[in-house]
Amino acid sequence: MTDPILALNGVTKSFGPIEILHGVDFALHPGEVHALIGENGAGKSTTMKILAGYLDPTGGQVTWQGKPITFAGSDEAEDLGIIMIHQEFNLAEHLSVDQNVFLGRELRRGLLLDHKAMRAQTADLLGQLQCRVDPGTPVNRISVPDKQMVEIAKALSRKARVLIMDEPTAVLTERETEVLFAQIDRLRAEGVAILYTSHKLGEVKRIADRVTVLRDGTMVRSDLTADVTEDDMATAMVGRELSDLFPPKAAHGAEPILEAQGVSVPGVVHDASLVLHRGEVLGIGGLVGSGRTELAEAIAGLRPRSGTVRLKGQDLPANHVAQAMRAGLVYLTEDRKGAGLLLDKTLRENLTLGQLDRFGSPLIDRKREEAALDTAIGDFAIRAPERGMAVGDLSGGNQQKLLLAKTLLSDPQVVIIDEPTRGIDIGTKQQIYTLIARLAAEGRSIIVISSEMPELIGLASRVVVMHAGRIVGELADAAVTEGNIVRLAMGMDHSQGGHEKDSAA
Amino acid sequence: MSMATTAPTRRPRVNLAVVAPIVALIVLVLIGMALNPNFLSFANITNVLARSAFIGIIAIGMTFVITAGGLDLSVGSMAAFVAGLMILVMNMLTESMGGGLPVILIGIALALFTGLAAGFINGILITRAGIEAFILTLGTMGIYRSLVTWLADGGTLSLGYEMRELYRPVYYDGILGISWPIIVFAVLAILGEITMRHTAFGRHCAAIGSNEKVARYSSVAVLRVRLMTYVLLGTLVGIAVVMYVPRLGSASATTGLLWELEAIAAVIIGGTLLKGGFGRVWGTVVGVLILSLIGNLLNLTDFVSPYLNGAIQGVVIILAVVLQRNTGAAR
Repeated sequence: MTDPILALNGVTKSFGPIEILHGVDFALHPGEVHALIGENGAGKSTTMKILAGYLDPTGGQVTWQGKPITFAGSDEAEDLGIIMIHQEFNLAEHLSVDQNVFLGRELRRGLLLDHKAMRAQTADLLGQLQCRVDPGTPVNRISVPDKQMVEIAKALSRKARVLIMDEPTAVLTERETEVLFAQIDRLRAEGVAILYTSHKLGEVKRIADRVTVLRDGTMVRSDLTADVTEDDMATAMVGRELSDLFPPKAAHGAEPILEAQGVSVPGVVHDASLVLHRGEVLGIGGLVGSGRTELAEAIAGLRPRSGTVRLKGQDLPANHVAQAMRAGLVYLTEDRKGAGLLLDKTLRENLTLGQLDRFGSPLIDRKREEAALDTAIGDFAIRAPERGMAVGDLSGGNQQKLLLAKTLLSDPQVVIIDEPTRGIDIGTKQQIYTLIARLAAEGRSIIVISSEMPELIGLASRVVVMHAGRIVGELADAAVTEGNIVRLAMGMDHSQGGHEKDSAA
Repeated sequence: MSMATTAPTRRPRVNLAVVAPIVALIVLVLIGMALNPNFLSFANITNVLARSAFIGIIAIGMTFVITAGGLDLSVGSMAAFVAGLMILVMNMLTESMGGGLPVILIGIALALFTGLAAGFINGILITRAGIEAFILTLGTMGIYRSLVTWLADGGTLSLGYEMRELYRPVYYDGILGISWPIIVFAVLAILGEITMRHTAFGRHCAAIGSNEKVARYSSVAVLRVRLMTYVLLGTLVGIAVVMYVPRLGSASATTGLLWELEAIAAVIIGGTLLKGGFGRVWGTVVGVLILSLIGNLLNLTDFVSPYLNGAIQGVVIILAVVLQRNTGAAR
C-alpha cells in the first residue's frame, strides 16, 4: 500500500475543559476511499475539520506526506488540495451556480471576469454529475439535492488531492447517489484520497475500501471494508448488539381517519388522493423532488392547494396550519434546522412554541413549561448537557427528538413525519422507529415520508409512491419491496401489487 | 456525551451583553455626579426623564417591531403628523364647541386612533402586500412629514391659548412631583417588559424574528403578529403625542425630527438584535436613558461642546453593536 498523504497521529481535541477526541489515528491514502462512521457526537465532524484545517488539534500531530504540518486555516489546506464538502451547504444563495463554483477563484480575462469560460466549465462539471441545472440559475432557486451536486462540482473543480465528504448522500436519492459513486470511483482511479462519512452503512460497504469506526471520540476499529459486515459496523458504532431495528408492525383499524381527494399544488403536486386509517402507518415513497413534501405540507395547511382534505369527516381549510393542528393533524418537517427549530432559542421555548395558548393566558406559566420540558426530556430520552442551552448546540439526534416532542405536544390524531431520521445515528433511529410504532399502537395514524427504502419497508404496512408530482402507485403488505418502490419512484411501469396509475389525470 | 457537565441548572457566568448597558448607564451617572453636583438633583433627573419619555414610549413599541424582524422609520414623521392633526382639529373644535375638556378628550382620542391607524397601514402593507419594511416606512416617513408641512402650510400649528392652558398639566403636572409623561413611560415600560417576556405575543415576536419559517410551521400566525407589532407601535406613537403636545402646544415640519433614529438606537443599545429574534424592553429603557443622559451631561459641563452630542451618541451606538456582535460570536 502507498504511504498516507494526510494522517492524524494520536490527535486529541478539547473544547474548553471537555475532551472530544481522545488520541485518534487516522490515515488517508491516495487512491483509497476511507469511510469514517460513528453515531452523532462521536467526533466525526471534529476529525474531518482537523484534517481540513478548520480546527487545530489540541494534542498529537497532523502529517502531510509524512511530515508534520500545521494549517493556519482551511485556505492553507485548500491550497494543498485538501477539499471538504460540508454537510451544511456553503453556497451563496443569491449567486448563480457558476458564480458559486468559482467563488474566490474566478477566471479572468485581463481585469474582467471570464463569464463564458466559467459557465462552460460549470456546465461541463454538472454534466459529469448528470445534474441538469442551468449554471446561470441562482442557487436559492435549485433543489436541495442539486445544491449537493453543486457542492460536489465545486470540489471537483479544484484539483482535489484529498476530498473530505461529510454525509454527501444524506439529501440524495438512490439514483443521484449512484451518479456520485461513479464520480468517486473516477477520482479514486485518479489517485485522490477520499474520506467519506455516511449513516447509510450499505453505501459504506459499497463504496469504501477501508472503514474506521469512532465511538465517543475514540477509534474503536479500522478494517478493510471487505472484512466487515454492516452488522459489525453497526455494533462497533453503538457498542452493543443491535436487536432488530424495526419493531413489529401492528394491525390497524379499518376506519378511515384522513382522506385527501384530488389535492393539487400548482406546479408540484397533481391530483393526489390518499386515505389513512386509524392506527395505520402509511409510507410515502418517491424521489426527492417528486412532490412528497409538498403534498404533505398541502395536507397540513402549510401551502395553498386545491382539492379536499377531510379529517374524521371534517373538512380542513387550505393554507391554515393552525386549524389543522387544532383539528388534530400535525406535520413534522424534513427541514429540521430551517423550518423545525429555532436554533438560537432554548429547548423550552422551542418545545412550547406551537402551543403557547395551553400554557396560560395572558401570561405564560413558566413552571408549566418547565414541567412540560421535563416530561419531554423523559419521554423522548433527549440528552441535553444543559437545560438552558441553545437548541443549535444539541446533536442532530437530540434535535430530532425535541422536534418530535414539540410536534406531538398538541396530542395529535394524525402525524405526518417527513424524513424521520435524516442525518441521525443508528441508536437514535431505533428509538424513533420504536416511538412511531408506539404512536400507532396508541391509535394514532402516521404518515412517514422517507428516501430510505428500509425505513419505508420496515415501518409502513402500505406505501404510496410519488413520481413527478403524482401518486403513481400503491403497494401493500408483501408487495412493499425495495424493487417495487424504486420502479414506481423512477416512473417505470408499476409492478404487480401496484394499483392502476392515476386514471383521473 | 459521557462527560459530566458542571452546572446542571443555570450557568452563573456573567453575560456581557446583559450587563453592558447597565454598566454604561452607571458609568454615565458617576461621571455626571463627578462633574456637576446638580446632576443628581431631583429637578435635573425629572427633567431628563420627562424629555426622554416621548422617545422612550415610541422605543418600547419599536422593540417589538425590531424583535419580530421588522423596522419602522416613519415614527418621527408619524408623531409630527398626528400632533399636527390633533392641534388642527382641536382648534377647529374650539371654534365650534367653545373649548373645554371635551375638546381635549376628543383630541386625545383622535391622536390615539390616528396613531393606531397609521401603524395599521404600515403593518398591512408590509404583511399583505409584502413590501420590505425599510422601503415602505421610508416611504410613509416622507408622506407624513410632507403632510404635516402641508397642514401647517410650511409654518407652525399652534394650539389656541385657552386650550393650551387647560391641556398643560398633562405634561407639567404629576404625582409627588413626578410628571405624567414619566409615569406613563414607566407604566408602559413595565407592561411592555411583561408582554415581551411572559406572553405568547412576545414569544411569537422573538420566534418570527429568529426564523419566520419555523414560526409559520409551528402554527404561529406570523402575519397577524407582525401586523400587531406595527399597530402597537403606532398606538404608542399616539400616546407619545398626547404627552408631547401640551409641552409646547405646537407642531411644525421639524417636530419629531430624527425621533425614529433615536428610538431605533435606544432599542439597539439596550441589547435587542437589529436582525430580530431577541428583544428586551428593559434594555430599551436603559438605552433611552443613556442617550438622554449624554445630552444632559454635555449641557451641564463646559469642556465638551453640546454640539458634539450627536457624535458621542453615535460612538455609543456603534460600541453597542460591536459588543453585540462579539458576544454573539463567542457563543
